[in-house]
Amino acid sequence: MSRTHARTKTTWFKTTIGVVLTAVMLFPVYWMLNVSLTRDTDMRKSPPDLLPLHGTLTGYRTVLDDQLPYLETSLVIGLGTVALTVALAAPAGYALAKLRPRGGRVLSFVLLAAQMIPGIIMAMGFYAIYLQLGLLRTVPGLIVADSTLAVPFAVLIFTAFMSGIPGELLQAARTDGAGPLRTFWSIVMPMSRNAVVTVSLFAFLWSWSDFVFASTLSNGGAHEPITLGIYHYIGNNNQQWNAIMATAVLASLPAAVILVLAQRYVAAGVTAGAVKD
Amino acid sequence: MTPMNQTTHPPDLPRPTPVPAEPAPTPPPGAKKRRRPASTQWAAWAFLAPVTVYLVLFYAYPLYRNLDLSLRNYTVRSFVQGNAPFTGLKNYRTVLDDPTFAPALLHTAVFTFVCLAFQYAIGLALAVFFNQHFRLAATLRALFLVPWLLPLIVSASTWSWMLNSDSGIVNAALHAVGVDPVNWLTSPSWSLTSVIIANIWIGVPFNLVVLYSGLQSIPSGLYEAAALDGANAWQRFWRITFPLLRPVSAITLLLGLIYTLKVLDIIWIMTKGGPADASTTFATWSYQLGFGNMLPAFGPGAAVGNLLVVAALVFGLVYIRVQRRQEALS
Repeated sequence: MSRTHARTKTTWFKTTIGVVLTAVMLFPVYWMLNVSLTRDTDMRKSPPDLLPLHGTLTGYRTVLDDQLPYLETSLVIGLGTVALTVALAAPAGYALAKLRPRGGRVLSFVLLAAQMIPGIIMAMGFYAIYLQLGLLRTVPGLIVADSTLAVPFAVLIFTAFMSGIPGELLQAARTDGAGPLRTFWSIVMPMSRNAVVTVSLFAFLWSWSDFVFASTLSNGGAHEPITLGIYHYIGNNNQQWNAIMATAVLASLPAAVILVLAQRYVAAGVTAGAVKD
Repeated sequence: MTPMNQTTHPPDLPRPTPVPAEPAPTPPPGAKKRRRPASTQWAAWAFLAPVTVYLVLFYAYPLYRNLDLSLRNYTVRSFVQGNAPFTGLKNYRTVLDDPTFAPALLHTAVFTFVCLAFQYAIGLALAVFFNQHFRLAATLRALFLVPWLLPLIVSASTWSWMLNSDSGIVNAALHAVGVDPVNWLTSPSWSLTSVIIANIWIGVPFNLVVLYSGLQSIPSGLYEAAALDGANAWQRFWRITFPLLRPVSAITLLLGLIYTLKVLDIIWIMTKGGPADASTTFATWSYQLGFGNMLPAFGPGAAVGNLLVVAALVFGLVYIRVQRRQEALS
């Protein structure tokens, strides 16, 4: 009896420590929210208010006036990147996992190496190419560039996932006369729903968060994503930090939604990218 | 190599070229199960074709253009017209002789290794902590992912404001305990520390998640046996957890190394590499040269970038080797 009691006590003790650690870790996120609600007059107050007691939504109103087009562009680019990434990576994953192509290992190796190229290198190469093709400051151009952040990872995820589909199932389809294309479309894809979700989440998140490609390939264009919206805000009006932080809060919404609705896919993706199985 | 040899070869060896569509000769009986029919090969490469074309167009070609940039003397005009004179390694010499080179190298090394050390140590401590069973553990662990999921510009601008000299919460907190305010982002002696702090904060979740999944695969029976033998928590960590976690740790650190080496957004948004190059790394220097000035210096910028690629690929190859060896062992 007393032993169970002691055990519950240590569990609660650990929970308390856990809550404190999480609070410390998430303090910057809280601070972003707090500043986004602070009045202009309190912005330079020293020491700053720890709670938004005189909260105001002015910052958010400014954002809705200024930043909606940026958010819209980011949404379009994010969805475009998802579509392009899945369309390219899912068939490749199927081939690498189930069709044992000659040279498949070389391709996997190239994909691994491709993930290690720093973004600034890719950005400079894309800049030179897009300048000649007239694709600078265009939405499709940025979608293609952003997809390079996700495609190698996506192929690896699809390969790992599709390797787990039982071979007998595909054999049975073949016996019934289904070609590789039909097998892929009617059996492999429906069974790979989880992989599609994981890949889509990461592709969207990475393209939504991309700053390097945005600032090099679409800076000054008619369609700039939200990361540039924030960047211009910081550059132009150094005083209105409630509006800057309100934009930051809105730009964080996809991450928040993903965390609440799809946390297990995120953890799965992080681990699969680093350690196979 | 004759076609005969090709079909009898172990099929999983890397092969540089796709097979020609020749009719496969009859394989020896033992190899029958591993035979790959030509039609499947065609289908396989048909499925791989889009991604292969994509890799050539959008990885290989930009990389080639970048190499080309670094070997020519580009000006704004010749950049548009595309007739810049070939100058060999001159851009690389310019970069090596630049007074920014030595500090950039030092900052890249310090930034990478200090970030890695702290991210790993904090991530491991948290992973061990969350590996115990207590209420809310799963929820709290999920919340720890937040810094990693946020767009980098969001994290960077939040930290910028927190570290603001006059109105930042950090200096206010220091003032409350009687410490003089620090010019986190505007003093040359502190700006590198500031971006390191922000980057550690962003990198901890990744280390936590991967190391936690590594801890999960350590059989709990080992701990029970050690506890029966009278090992305390500290001994159990150093004798069981740490040695058994070594493969996962190696992968985590190598991936972290590759990612940290190329960090650009955080530093650029918080300090632009300044003040006076005090937080310049190779990544920000390359960006600065190519896009940060009114007159872009694409040649030297690409040269700096290519040095970074070489470094990343060296560690990348080490990573792939380590991973292959671990797969072979398991």
